Amino acid sequence: MIMYALAAVLFGVGLYGLLVKRHLLKKVLGLLILEHAVNLFLVEVGYIEGGTPPIRIEGADAAAFVSNAVDPVPQALVLTSIVIGLGLAMLMVALTLRIYERYGSLDANRMSELKG
Amino acid sequence: MLDLVPLFVLIPLGAAFACLLVKKRAPAVAPWLSLVSVVALLGLAIAGVVQGTSGAAIAGGWSLETHLGTSFLPGIVLVFDGLSAMFLLLVAVVSTAVLLFGLRYMDTYDGRPLYYALLSLLIAGMNGAVLAGDLFNLYVFIEIASIASYALVAFGTGGREIEAAFKYLMLGAVASSSILLGIAVLYASTGLLNMADLGAAIAAGQVSEATLLAVATLFLAGLGLKAAMMPFHAWLPDAHPSAPAPISAMLSGLLIKTLGIYALVRVLYVVIGMDGVLGGSLQTLLLVLGCLSMVGGVLLALGQTDLKRLLAYSSISQMGFVLVALGTNTWLGVAAGIYHALNHALFKSALFLSAGSLERLTGTRDITEMGGIARVAPATTLGTVGASLSIAGVPPFNGFWSKLLILIALFSAGLPVVGAIAAATAVLTLVTFVKVQHKALFGALPERLKDIKDVPASMSLPVVALALLCLLGGLLWPLGLQDIVGDAAASVRTDAKTNLAPEQYRTMVHSEGRQP
Repeated sequence: MIMYALAAVLFGVGLYGLLVKRHLLKKVLGLLILEHAVNLFLVEVGYIEGGTPPIRIEGADAAAFVSNAVDPVPQALVLTSIVIGLGLAMLMVALTLRIYERYGSLDANRMSELKG
Repeated sequence: MLDLVPLFVLIPLGAAFACLLVKKRAPAVAPWLSLVSVVALLGLAIAGVVQGTSGAAIAGGWSLETHLGTSFLPGIVLVFDGLSAMFLLLVAVVSTAVLLFGLRYMDTYDGRPLYYALLSLLIAGMNGAVLAGDLFNLYVFIEIASIASYALVAFGTGGREIEAAFKYLMLGAVASSSILLGIAVLYASTGLLNMADLGAAIAAGQVSEATLLAVATLFLAGLGLKAAMMPFHAWLPDAHPSAPAPISAMLSGLLIKTLGIYALVRVLYVVIGMDGVLGGSLQTLLLVLGCLSMVGGVLLALGQTDLKRLLAYSSISQMGFVLVALGTNTWLGVAAGIYHALNHALFKSALFLSAGSLERLTGTRDITEMGGIARVAPATTLGTVGASLSIAGVPPFNGFWSKLLILIALFSAGLPVVGAIAAATAVLTLVTFVKVQHKALFGALPERLKDIKDVPASMSLPVVALALLCLLGGLLWPLGLQDIVGDAAASVRTDAKTNLAPEQYRTMVHSEGRQP
């Protein structure tokens, strides 16, 4: 339960950073925290208290495996999601760098277009 | 046909990689690679629509005997039905026009192989999203298309473009997180990802109403932002005009429909269920947000003088028409909504392409500084006028028929107030586009524009062709097109008191030897 609360808190922190902070890098960090809060939640969905890794060893007890192993599907989803997040992070940082080159500042208020 | 379905994703994905491979050695090959790939997609999509096949294909599909005694086919389920076929055809048609237009238009940009690679990636993402049979693949393909579109908006690398891309990326990524969170909550309560299975589980009442409400809210916010429905529209008026013209046409013409409208229709009608416990409130929400988008979009469009910004706001308004049509939860409403989404893709991409031509010709996007273009650029004018008449809803163009159908659907569903708002919006749209015609195309030709020549044929031809398709879409409506669109609508909403479509969808997916 405490881990779900952590995911919720991280989500809130990320959203706050994204919406309230004016510094573009802080917005980027906010978005990354928000994404990982969702990833954390996904991992927790498949987690079983005291569970074993979902790797089946030849000859092991099948019934025990089914009841003890954590759900591997959310882990696969999170891996995919992390890879997508990496691509997104690269693009965000690249854009932030370009903005810095152009304006010499990362303050969102100094930009002409960026209002939201 | 079903065996070929994975090609809809593989061909553009392959083209994207190939464009990157030839980037250094033979950059001139890249445009032709992507052109060949979209022509192949066009052929496949036409074959799919003509044959009218529907079914599920499993990409991968390794038969697997598990140690636990059960056997199942792990693989990526791609569902090809009337609705998917329609959107695949739409993506192929608009992409072909856009690529042709871009051949000359993109001359002024650097790094063109990258443009073709990103464009192919965008097409792969959209095709995948339209075919995805489970929610997580839907999310992945939405992300592929979105990331390609963020990069394409920034392609000009000017201050405007980069800022718009940054804003678009921030909001788009929050929307994607919201979609992923919705998927996670659904998985937590059912242990399923396949849309057909999820639909069955939700229809059987396995998900509590509170959970379902949370899921519906997360999906509506996420997909609503991708569809640019108000109040989630803030990114669109910056992002769409900032991109190069062919990309604006792709984003406004296709992306908001495949990632927004299509995904929304699938999730709301097949997974969450418009007749289920949340049906009534979802309908109200769609109608309210639709009205907000319709009226807000057109009022903001009226005040614009920047042509591309005006078109972007008008896209929000037109998406509002589609949303209210979907909010009726009737077969006629869904058919009208899909038909309007289809028509909007044709005329809005034509208008964005012609805006690109006009910008190239006059050196400005401000319509008050244009004028009399009709005298110097007849081909561009022809296409622009056709598309404008269509979006303004002048018969016999397709925009007239789809708006009429939406009005009929709204009135027959007992929603006269929404119908009246839609009718008023249609009139305001007409006013907006009369203004554009009057200011940009006709009237006095400014002195500095006396010597300009019309754009090359490879730029005017796609616009004229799309405008011609708008006319054909209207003329063919009574002669067969209505059956195709009707079938597409029937794959998510059948014409009966109880909706049989989700049940048919499940049967179709499960008949592929795939056990839930």
